[in-house]
Amino acid sequence: MSRESDHNGGGDKRMKTRMGFTGDEALAYAAKQSNVDVVAAYPITPQTIMVELFSEYVANGEVHTNFVCVESEHSAMSACVGASLTGARVLTATSSQGLALMHEIMYIASGLRCPIIMGVANRALSAPINIHGDQSDMMGSRDCGWIQIYCENAQESYDWTLQSFKIAENPSVLLPVTVNLDGFILTHAMEGVEVFTDEEAKTYLPTSKVECRLDPSKPATVGALCLPDYYFEFKKQQDEAMKHVSPVLLKVTEEYGRLTGRKYGMLEEFETKNADVIIVCLGSTAGTVRSVAKELRSKGKKVGLLKLWLYRPFPSKEVAAAISEAKVVVVLDRALSPGAPYGALCQDIVSVMYESKTKPIVTDMVYGLGGRDITPPEITSIYEEALIAAKTGVVKEQVRFVGVRE
Amino acid sequence: MSKDRGKPGWKSIPIGGTVLEAGSSTKYKTGDWRAFRPVVDEKKCTNCLICWIYCPDAAIKRKEKHVEIDYDFCKGCGICSAECPVKAITMVEETRG
Repeated sequence: MSRESDHNGGGDKRMKTRMGFTGDEALAYAAKQSNVDVVAAYPITPQTIMVELFSEYVANGEVHTNFVCVESEHSAMSACVGASLTGARVLTATSSQGLALMHEIMYIASGLRCPIIMGVANRALSAPINIHGDQSDMMGSRDCGWIQIYCENAQESYDWTLQSFKIAENPSVLLPVTVNLDGFILTHAMEGVEVFTDEEAKTYLPTSKVECRLDPSKPATVGALCLPDYYFEFKKQQDEAMKHVSPVLLKVTEEYGRLTGRKYGMLEEFETKNADVIIVCLGSTAGTVRSVAKELRSKGKKVGLLKLWLYRPFPSKEVAAAISEAKVVVVLDRALSPGAPYGALCQDIVSVMYESKTKPIVTDMVYGLGGRDITPPEITSIYEEALIAAKTGVVKEQVRFVGVRE
Repeated sequence: MSKDRGKPGWKSIPIGGTVLEAGSSTKYKTGDWRAFRPVVDEKKCTNCLICWIYCPDAAIKRKEKHVEIDYDFCKGCGICSAECPVKAITMVEETRG
């Protein structure tokens, strides 16, 4: 650990602590500083280190957390639901097949309005079996009622984990959150991560104030049968809670920005103003796209990037505002939705643009499945082709697989 | 839909489907799930309470000299009839109408 003063200017004079962390470790460290009451998790590559490192904190007595060793992800999520109902602050983590095994309990966590935070190391699903990064796992559980946040780097992994508790535990929200990290690319790559001191973290995130719903002095039934006469009303409540996420998230990110100098939001726009071509993506690829866009901008090419931090609830208005003036929008989907008109992210982009007065051409690029790299030259040629399409108004293919051999 | 119109809407019900009142399952009568009803022959019943122990739905009521079935909650599984040592409980098919 090294402490260094901030020479970046601005009014922030406080000493900053910088640590060397992988994305997994950054999440575990944030969890440690979040004063988590219960962690129930099962190891799976590339999530393992999140829980492994956290279990070391527990073994060393650095946290008071009740660490529950379970026999599967299904049990992990079930234990988290029970713990969360007591008002405890709860965290778990998983990936790929593990997330798939949790799938049914994820609906229960959101349905029972449990503000659980889950680190997801995004990884391809079998078959064929593969341990590397793509976002098919989370997209497979897209509609399970969880807030979904995608990180670009290890710093974001740390920052979003802390902020997620504040969003999830807000009384108008009370929904679980997944903090998504691209498998290996983020989970296993080490970076310098600026962190709070433990005292600062404690001030930022005080003990959970979530109501205890399993209180013997106030007996109640949780998870009761709910028939056609009431089920619909509870689902409507869940959707309403989703609508509260954006304003709460903006308040949380505003406060976090004031404290740390790192300002988040629902999305990040890079050079989208007057851009002819905008690439939209989630997660770590945004870093590569930004660097390519920067280079092309320096050559006078009007290109930009829209990175979504928040994928669910989908920031429809903000996305439409960011891309509606572009001529061509290229969506990068790191997941396959077999048989669908587009990949999952592109479906959302096309949907929100339907109501827009100005409609850019939208194309979808499915890329990086099973952890295949997407390189700066590939992104450059995506931009170049789209710039031509912006002039001609014609695209060759509506959906394309980038980097697949024929 | 029409029969549920008078029930409270999503704005006023507790979140997450929590039932705030204890013991509310007694209000949910499940006896109409039954295809066969157990009928107790009060003369044969020795009040040994084996059926009372075995009943998975706590639908056997204890009376002074014999047991009685709580038809509001008995789902007609037939365990009482199968376990009765003196064959005092017969399963009779429910009829509609």
